[in-house]
Amino acid sequence: MNGARLAGGGGVVIPHFHKPSACLLHNGWLCFDWVRQHWGDTLQPDLIQHIKLTLLAVGIGFVIAFALALLGFRFRLLNPPLGLFTDFLYTIPSLALFVLLIPVTGPTVTTIEIALVSYTLFILYRNILTGLSAVPADVLESARGMGLTRTQTFMRVELPLAAPAILAGLRVATVSTISIGTVAALLIAYGLGQPIFDALQTPDIFRTELVVAGGLAILLALVADGLLALVARALTPWSRLR
Amino acid sequence: MILASLFVDAFRFMGNNASLLLSATAELSKLAFASLGIALVIAFPLGLWLGHKHRGLTLALGVSTLGRALPSIALIGVFIAWLGVGFLNVAVALVVLAVPPILTNTYLAVDGVDRDAVDAARGMGLTEAQILLRIELPLGLPLILAGIRIGAVFVIATATIAAVAGVTGGLGDIILNSASYGDAGVVAAALCVSAVAFATAGILGLARGAAFRRMSPNA
Repeated sequence: MNGARLAGGGGVVIPHFHKPSACLLHNGWLCFDWVRQHWGDTLQPDLIQHIKLTLLAVGIGFVIAFALALLGFRFRLLNPPLGLFTDFLYTIPSLALFVLLIPVTGPTVTTIEIALVSYTLFILYRNILTGLSAVPADVLESARGMGLTRTQTFMRVELPLAAPAILAGLRVATVSTISIGTVAALLIAYGLGQPIFDALQTPDIFRTELVVAGGLAILLALVADGLLALVARALTPWSRLR
Repeated sequence: MILASLFVDAFRFMGNNASLLLSATAELSKLAFASLGIALVIAFPLGLWLGHKHRGLTLALGVSTLGRALPSIALIGVFIAWLGVGFLNVAVALVVLAVPPILTNTYLAVDGVDRDAVDAARGMGLTEAQILLRIELPLGLPLILAGIRIGAVFVIATATIAAVAGVTGGLGDIILNSASYGDAGVVAAALCVSAVAFATAGILGLARGAAFRRMSPNA
């Protein structure tokens, strides 16, 4: 299969009978004919899988991290153990975590999501908690003086003031998840890691596939980062004043 | 039940193959720590200097985002496809991955040191080098160590995956070869990698805590 791909011929789904281009014969770094031929059957589906993988991991990670950060915020005693816990998860090397999860959840997307979610917790928990804790005491004092209840203070004062830090954490978590997500293909054929590993496993390393799939992952990360930066600007117009 | 017996088997494997696991752990550590060391030599002085001058915020933040966005395996693959498989070629890729967190944290640490403290030191007649070494470095050390820690964890995890690209002899080699070593061997090697990561992160975490306490006024 990989040899066939190098020769520019038969993809996995649709057999082609084109002559391999000079670029492919020389294992060039960027052969556009290969990209055109395999955008539809390889690159695009893998990119879409990768986006789904990331959205789910960051979404679930955010919900869990937010709940943990609220706990750590309300009950200061819980903060050190929760911090240590997210730290502990973050320290486990990805390949080791996959291997240790396989006996429990098998070689599935679930296993990958568990690993990716646990890596987001470290970044998100810390940023959410830092954002909430950084609200100045006199601001809280005035909120109380204005007669706001505890919940109102949280929703109208603490949360908006913490928003820039939370959104910054979300950006870091999203970019990291996209790049760590490529490792997931070690476990199952899923996402942009798949073409990267395919390329690595061809005898001479298929350069075009490696560069294009890796480049797509970087591009996806930078686009996601830029989009979240725009969202942050729109949601927190006051943070621009500083 | 099956899980428990798998771990029992893994520990039995460790006992029976101690020398194999030790040499694989040593191989992985050599690659990871050599890369981390080179990354430190590059990123630490650069971060200190830029932070001291309060210059290059965009560079520091851009490098950090780009570093996080780089898919580690693709980067290692590019270096191998370009230069061939070899300790040094993989180390170069790992250095590229470890530089951003160290550079950015060192920059932010020094840049963020209380300006009043620096002005006071300058008023007392300290030279720029003295300000950097005696004021900014100690005050920024916790954040700097946090960056080194993130870089270290990242490098250890990636050095394991480097086995995919043909780097042999390390723990990743065992993890990816269940045909030869069995599930017990794979789990045993995964535990060894985790142990290296935890030991490294733990030591750097303790150092960070000590640096932080030393600089807290009410300690």
